[in-house]
Amino acid sequence: MTAAYKITEHKYDMVVVGAGGAGLRATFGLAMKGLQTACISKVFPTRSHTVAAQGGISAALGNMGEDDWRYHFFDTVKGSDWLGDQDAIEYMCREAIPAIIELEHYGVPFSRTEEGKIYQRPFGGMTTKYGEGPPAQRTCAAADRTGHAILHTLYQQSLAHDARFFIEYFALDLIMDDEGACRGVLALDMSDGSLHLFRAQGTVLATGGYGRAYFSATSAHTCTGDGGGMALRAGLPLQDMEFVQFHPTGIYGAGCLITEGVRGEGGILRNSNGERFMERYAPSVKDLAPRDMVSRSMTIEIREGRGVGPKKDHIHLDLTHLDPAVIHEKLPGISETAKIFAGVDVTRQPIPVLPTVHYNMGGLQTNYHGEVVTLKNGDPNTVVPGLYSIGEAACVSVHGANRLGSNSLLDLVVFGRAVANRCAETIKPGANHKSLPASACDQALANLDKLRNADGGTPTAEIRDNMQQVMQRDAAVFRTGETLKQGVASITNAFKSFEDVRVSDRSLIWNSDLIETLELQNLLGQAVVTMVSAENRTESRGAHAREDYKTRNDAEWMKHTLCWMDGEGKTAIDYRPVHLNVLSTDVDVIPPKERKY
Amino acid sequence: MAEFTLPKNSKVQKGKHFPAPAGAKNTRSFKIYRWNPDDSANPRTDTYDVDMDSCGPMVLDALIKIKNEVDPTLTFRRSCREGICGSCAMNIDGSNTLACTKAIGDCGKTEVPIYPLPHMPVVKDLVPDLTHFYAQYASIKPWLRTQSAAPATTERLQSKEDRAKLDGLYECILCACCSTSCPSYWWNGDRYLGPAVLLQAYRWIIDSRDEDTGARLDDLEDPFKLYRCHTIMNCTRTCPKGLNPAKAIGEIKKLMLQRRGA
Repeated sequence: MTAAYKITEHKYDMVVVGAGGAGLRATFGLAMKGLQTACISKVFPTRSHTVAAQGGISAALGNMGEDDWRYHFFDTVKGSDWLGDQDAIEYMCREAIPAIIELEHYGVPFSRTEEGKIYQRPFGGMTTKYGEGPPAQRTCAAADRTGHAILHTLYQQSLAHDARFFIEYFALDLIMDDEGACRGVLALDMSDGSLHLFRAQGTVLATGGYGRAYFSATSAHTCTGDGGGMALRAGLPLQDMEFVQFHPTGIYGAGCLITEGVRGEGGILRNSNGERFMERYAPSVKDLAPRDMVSRSMTIEIREGRGVGPKKDHIHLDLTHLDPAVIHEKLPGISETAKIFAGVDVTRQPIPVLPTVHYNMGGLQTNYHGEVVTLKNGDPNTVVPGLYSIGEAACVSVHGANRLGSNSLLDLVVFGRAVANRCAETIKPGANHKSLPASACDQALANLDKLRNADGGTPTAEIRDNMQQVMQRDAAVFRTGETLKQGVASITNAFKSFEDVRVSDRSLIWNSDLIETLELQNLLGQAVVTMVSAENRTESRGAHAREDYKTRNDAEWMKHTLCWMDGEGKTAIDYRPVHLNVLSTDVDVIPPKERKY
Repeated sequence: MAEFTLPKNSKVQKGKHFPAPAGAKNTRSFKIYRWNPDDSANPRTDTYDVDMDSCGPMVLDALIKIKNEVDPTLTFRRSCREGICGSCAMNIDGSNTLACTKAIGDCGKTEVPIYPLPHMPVVKDLVPDLTHFYAQYASIKPWLRTQSAAPATTERLQSKEDRAKLDGLYECILCACCSTSCPSYWWNGDRYLGPAVLLQAYRWIIDSRDEDTGARLDDLEDPFKLYRCHTIMNCTRTCPKGLNPAKAIGEIKKLMLQRRGA
């Protein structure tokens, strides 16, 4: 097999897969530490989906009122519905402050307060005094284009530090050795179809989420979770995949994101009676409840006949009462998006919105250094040598069962930085690469060869559509045992139908038909694992809401799901305990209690 | 007047026609530039008739529908589908814009023509090679350059007024619509930086936190890099984000004059 394909070999200390917020922060962080680093990305870095983040990035700077990182820690634990690992959450919330100051020093064009400090807005689930005080203004914003501002700045820093990029290279598979260590990654140069083996002491998967497993998602077309797909093929489990976040305010129909910052600035959700219904569901924080609760409340309103529109199938997000000057200064991006995709002038009309798939809490399980860990010989914290993961691709787990808005951009920069710091300690620059057997790439090549020549009866787009419809129907905001059982059968069928896939484009140069097929393969694996993990968890926690098991069951289910999948789509499940410990004496572990707002 | 003809192997030929499925009542035609470097054929334009009753409102929706249902070999870049990533920049209905935010209903011609961004090397179909554009971006060292040390534990302060000077500049998505619409960039794109990159240059010149304005202006003081802008204004007209690169270039030129004491 290897003989038929010519492979160009590259040797680096580190290779980063993905050039979004996490990948870029890791890439130039590693370069700064003197490690030879290559970053490979299937899109030019500023096209990565971090660019679409709007509302902001959380850190308890206290620029706009009293705040403390320990309040942020408490909110994140509670937001996670006690599934988050408290050591990692402590690390993230404490490191948030220097990480955001650092971003400002890099040149991020944050909005400003009267004193010239970074502007901060309220966001869902962010409170003060351990939930007892008023809402916190903790989310640092550059108008409503914070992700764009941060991603461009991180790319600029990568240029400043002369990082080496391989752009429009598609990562095919991890190269694992017999001892289970990762030795690099095989990639396809889309511009000419050539193959490149990146050998490295460490491989960092910063490949983002797999939102496109669903029919309607705020995620970009390129959000296909390629790292998760590669990990499954390498025999690694994915953690907590049943937890899929629905963002309350995707534009009805188009699915484009309307930031939670709209509600942070005073926007209100209304049903067909014009009622501010969130007052009933979350009396203290109302529209600024966490996303899982708002999405459920909206779904219930619609179900009970109080949806808006001719089909009564969506909800209104009303900001007509806000000062147009505030809208112009703080929310210019969504004003434009609402105009283009909903035909709405937000100063006069409400935006039609619907809960829309937005974020994957699950992913490759890692510790707070960004090292991928797995369950081996009874130890759930066994490090997979040479493999790291950060950002949405990873499950540290700082978000647990439900991520708080503005904690995701934070996750990217904090753990992007963490992985660079860790590797600076553990990896010797310029160390010799252990030899690889001639067969190291065989499995990856066999898979590529099969798909490149795939001549079945079903086009890629048809299988993809089927998968998306199944996920949309059976792994929705509310789930039941019955629909999930049906979902497992349907998604397994979709997975099996991939055997019959047809790729029409046989060319080598920029073969996007082939790339979409490889992406579909990655999506399908994660779709199966998501559905199976969801059926398996017989409780309701965070974003996983079971109508047949309506409450959280800590005695049985306060544990992370680990799910493996083989090439035939057969899954295996095991568990990992939630980390109920902290790293310092500055905070105490927050014991589980009822999650009410 | 001198007439130019394209070399034989570059002449765009009439390609295939893909009719809409039987029964489609509300159709729209898209005439799309095709070129595959893997075969030795000339570029061509294929025409696809799309059933608008089962198609989304944007040009990108039509392209994806064609790729999904009619011709999986049709090649184009796309990602966010909401006008923020800049991937799907192309020439639609005669203007450079983003396919994802361009409504089909706003296209004038009955057969909507879709070409790659003009005057760039084509990789395949609607995918241009932007390597040189990106290299020009890197050449202006587009990052915060300071001499003074940043405060140890706090942000650099910036007044609301100073921050407001970045509005209309930092929002650029590097889609290259403006630069590739500029006749001056078509002629001298090898040495003229073009509107997108100059807009970015100005974004750093005007940032109150940046302390390298002198060197930035020195770098642009060049007959080609900056002064090939002849205020044609295609850039501002075409920008899908409503930005005004021509104004930014004008501001740089003003600063150059002020510096000379003119």
